[in-house]
Amino acid sequence: MDNNFKRELMIDNCNNPYHKRKIETKDFIKANTNNESCIDNIDLYVKVENDVIVDAYFDGEACAVTTSATSIMLRKIIGKSLEEARVIMREYFKMINEEDYQDEVLGELNIYQDISKQPSRKKCALLPFQTLEKTFKIYESESCK
Amino acid sequence: MNRDDFKMFLNNPDLIYFDNGATTFKPNQVINAVVDYYTKYTANAHRGDYDISNKVDTFYEDTRRVVKDFINAKDESEIIFTKGTTDSMNMIVFSFMKYYLQKGDEVLITKAEHASNVLPWFELEKEIGIVVKFIPLDSNYKVTLENIQKVVTKKTKVISLAYVTNVIGDIRPIHEISKFAHQYGMLLVVDGAQSVPHMKTDVLADDIDFLAFSGHKMLAPTGIGVLYGKRRYLEVMKPLEYGGGMNARFESTKDLEYKELPLRLEAGTMNIAGVLGLKAAILYLKNIGLEKIHKYEQELKKYLLERLKEVSNITVYNEKSEAGIVTFNINNIFSEDTSRYLNHYKICVRAGNHCTKMIKDDLGVKNTCRISLYFYNTKEEVDKLIEVLQNSDKIYEIIL
Ligand SMILES: Cc1ncc(COP(=O)(O)O)c(C=O)c1O
Repeated sequence: MDNNFKRELMIDNCNNPYHKRKIETKDFIKANTNNESCIDNIDLYVKVENDVIVDAYFDGEACAVTTSATSIMLRKIIGKSLEEARVIMREYFKMINEEDYQDEVLGELNIYQDISKQPSRKKCALLPFQTLEKTFKIYESESCK
Repeated sequence: MNRDDFKMFLNNPDLIYFDNGATTFKPNQVINAVVDYYTKYTANAHRGDYDISNKVDTFYEDTRRVVKDFINAKDESEIIFTKGTTDSMNMIVFSFMKYYLQKGDEVLITKAEHASNVLPWFELEKEIGIVVKFIPLDSNYKVTLENIQKVVTKKTKVISLAYVTNVIGDIRPIHEISKFAHQYGMLLVVDGAQSVPHMKTDVLADDIDFLAFSGHKMLAPTGIGVLYGKRRYLEVMKPLEYGGGMNARFESTKDLEYKELPLRLEAGTMNIAGVLGLKAAILYLKNIGLEKIHKYEQELKKYLLERLKEVSNITVYNEKSEAGIVTFNINNIFSEDTSRYLNHYKICVRAGNHCTKMIKDDLGVKNTCRISLYFYNTKEEVDKLIEVLQNSDKIYEIIL
């Protein structure tokens, strides 16, 4: 993929992110990116019905990589079943960790394939999916009850 | 000034270091003091009857005298060596305030304080039920006596403030606050982390009850700091640590006695290399002169602020503050992206909330970039920064 194209897509998604909203809605599972090593601070809200992600959005302040990756991730997973979303997540983590992965699963998310070359950006690229993973865990623990 | 004394500049010729609020570089004089201790007279302090140990003892206690003179304390026994400001603040709160204060007593801080002047108090609130209250900041994020008077009640027992804050860089009117506090029987705790390295400190003239500061922000090694307290308060402090070095004697009958100040509050083998480095750092600063350092930094800051006006798309948050700290953002750019962009040109600034997580309530912005100057920074470095900021429309091409 051409570097300019990748950058443009990141900038678009950073300046005008999809699914970024301020309202706090009921029935959404919420997780926060908070981690010690960086200042990106995003709240992710996911609504799951019958194991399908029917809606999701985010709010907060973060760097260009985290913001754009969150935006692209949400476009990718809304409407998907948890299982499908998990496959995307797994392949994405493989890509970021420089393992073999199936690029056809990831679509636009492939623009982050070279991010590990900048170690300091790797954690930014991982944050959205790590936070999504948190919401899945909350969903599972709640649906067990 | 004095850049030749710093090997960091020699080894990193293009580096522009604007993060002196986080820590400073060390001059050769400090490094040599540490190396000498480790290569010429390594021994423990207060323990030996042989020459080199005696020398360590002497130099260790010399440092106490040097610190005492540096902050104009009355007596050497009022100087306690610690790990740094955080350690000193925790000692003040948990060795002293925990026993001095009672349930319902109020402690005043502000939302611009560093975590180390916030979290110990929050914990003490949970432990014994004191009430931590915030002095409102004025429109320039400053503390005024008037605003203090608004929140003081009969239950207010302590005012605890940074002399200079690490995000805004305002110099608090400590002298005035001290008079007011003492008039009403309150104690004044001062976090000197950002003031002691940059301006003259006088605990007697300001009548400060407790002062905390860190060596590493004033040219000394990491892991060494100072707790100053008026003798009558240190005298009743209950040590947080017990062991060697602080006891006078103990028996199997559990009969025991602790040493006099200051050693009672310095348990275990201390950071001797740090203490000796601190002495060299203070002598170095005194040699230049704190007044000269302060004046130089203020001039450089004024120059920086003037030049920043030439950059159209940035917001400066603390134009009115006095110390060598400038807090800003490139408009619509996340602070961490800005610091990465500047890093590309080897310019080091700090991005984030600077351990001062509550100031966002007043500043209206969570994360900022901070430039914090020291006497070795130059106008040429400022010029380079301005040039890079003027070209920031290319930021994403550089960092993405
Ligand atoms: C105002 C202020 N207080 C306290 C501290 C804590 O100092 P240390 O990390 O050396 O304990 C800092 C350091 O960032 C500071 O700026």
